Amino acid sequence: MRSDLRAWLLSPAVIVAVCIAVSLVTVLQFSFRAFVPGSLDVGGLTWANFSGLGKSIYLDAFFNTFWLSVETTVFSLLVAYPLAYALVRVKHRALKSFILVTSITPLFLGEIVRTYSWIAVLGSNGFINGALRQLGLIEWPLPLMFTHFGVLIALVHVTIPVVVLMLATAISHIDRDYEKAAQSLGAGPVRTFLTVTLPLSMPGILASITTAFAWTFSAFATPQMIGGGRVPTISTLVYQLGFSSMNFPLAASLSVIGLMLTGTALFALSLLTKRLKAVGGH
Amino acid sequence: MKIKSSLPLPLRIAGPVLIILLLAFVLLPVVVVTIASFNEKAILTFPPESYSLKWFERVFSYPDFREGFKASLIITAWSSFVALVIGTCLSVAVKRLAFKGKQPLLAILHAPLVIPHFTLGLGLLILVSQLSVQRGYGTVILCHVMLVLPFVMRSVYVSMENLDERLEQAAASLGASPVKVLFTVTFPLLAPGLFGGWLFAAIMSFSEFTASLFVTTQATQTLPVAMYNYVREFADPTLAALSVIYIAVTAAVLFFANYFLGLGKILHIEDRP
Repeated sequence: MRSDLRAWLLSPAVIVAVCIAVSLVTVLQFSFRAFVPGSLDVGGLTWANFSGLGKSIYLDAFFNTFWLSVETTVFSLLVAYPLAYALVRVKHRALKSFILVTSITPLFLGEIVRTYSWIAVLGSNGFINGALRQLGLIEWPLPLMFTHFGVLIALVHVTIPVVVLMLATAISHIDRDYEKAAQSLGAGPVRTFLTVTLPLSMPGILASITTAFAWTFSAFATPQMIGGGRVPTISTLVYQLGFSSMNFPLAASLSVIGLMLTGTALFALSLLTKRLKAVGGH
Repeated sequence: MKIKSSLPLPLRIAGPVLIILLLAFVLLPVVVVTIASFNEKAILTFPPESYSLKWFERVFSYPDFREGFKASLIITAWSSFVALVIGTCLSVAVKRLAFKGKQPLLAILHAPLVIPHFTLGLGLLILVSQLSVQRGYGTVILCHVMLVLPFVMRSVYVSMENLDERLEQAAASLGASPVKVLFTVTFPLLAPGLFGGWLFAAIMSFSEFTASLFVTTQATQTLPVAMYNYVREFADPTLAALSVIYIAVTAAVLFFANYFLGLGKILHIEDRP
């Protein structure tokens, strides 16, 4: 009876896990296969896909994706921390709900709606350029679309909600007695925040860094729609190689390298987390 | 003991001002796209000179959006339901049973949180074409189940942590079989957590784009994919109108979820007293 129940409870999850694993192995396997132009079938085993990735177009995309991910992570943390802090600590119920719904609704809109909304803000006839022109500050529209800055600002906006959620979870689990203890020992509010609250929310900060980095790394619609091909990222290149050139082996090898890059970055972060935990003693 | 807030005045003002500015940043694109959707002109211009509702009409008359909406509903309904069932069964097993390979299994199932969606989409696309399987609803639903399962698992698992096991023991001591306990005591007690997990999974699945772009076909094209294709073809504000509808419906769903269930509770961010 017991083992029967176990099989029933576990087998669906095992099937999904196998599908995930097999999909990843398929990508890995394809990255070592020769590209046959004009055909969806692939040739024999080869290293050519990887040795071809040294070209500047790919290196640019790798560097750009990595740098965008780092910038997005930093800026979304800076924006999300105050929001998460206010969300947890504000007493007024309606205000709390307002902050909560406002900061997390974008999470559920998907990349397309959010990115399109940013086109309406950044476009040459969009909100920013329109407003600046009305004020007489500019004559010609500022180039905001198709720029690194435009992609970055939209990516930060895309990442904020999930970071707010993770930070809010961490902040809400901080035992308030520590803060009270610090204050009763004479620490001011700023000092209490910097020496007690902020360090205690470190697990949430590290989890947010991981998530923000991984999300930005895999963002596709935002760099594609706002970058318009002029801000190359790994995701946009994978799509182009797959669907314009039908070169699925090269697309696969690019994905594999991308995966290794995220993997390394996340592994380094987890090592750092362990170290911090060892130092902090909790 | 209550400690009086002794923040210096500039800081007491700076805090709320900062929060208002940050919320304005989050809301800015939403507000702008709403205004843009009423623009009479066929290009996105700001501020609009004249207003019209014609882009909203076009949203409803454009066939790809209608088809995409239908496909999205089918895919969302199935994938969120399947993920909910799988996630619940798995959480019960993880919490209550000892079995080999627990950690690796959980690691693989959580992997889609950090693995780029384009990698998973590409993998699944190559896989089904290698197996000569027709890409249909099954493929897309499987793909979405992979992507939303971690969210369901988290929600269900946390509510299991808060479950009072004595209630189950009481049922068992009164003679209920393990399966009966599961269905008459455990699952009903988990219901709010299950609903939260399902809601999350459904909204995530409905909005998923990147992986869908790889695994959908013309027949299974989801709404976000149809929207993406629209932007590449047309520059008019129809998508602004559709975005406004999308935002309004999502905000309403979240508002009601917050009102009836408490989003804070679903998301586990309630402050300690």
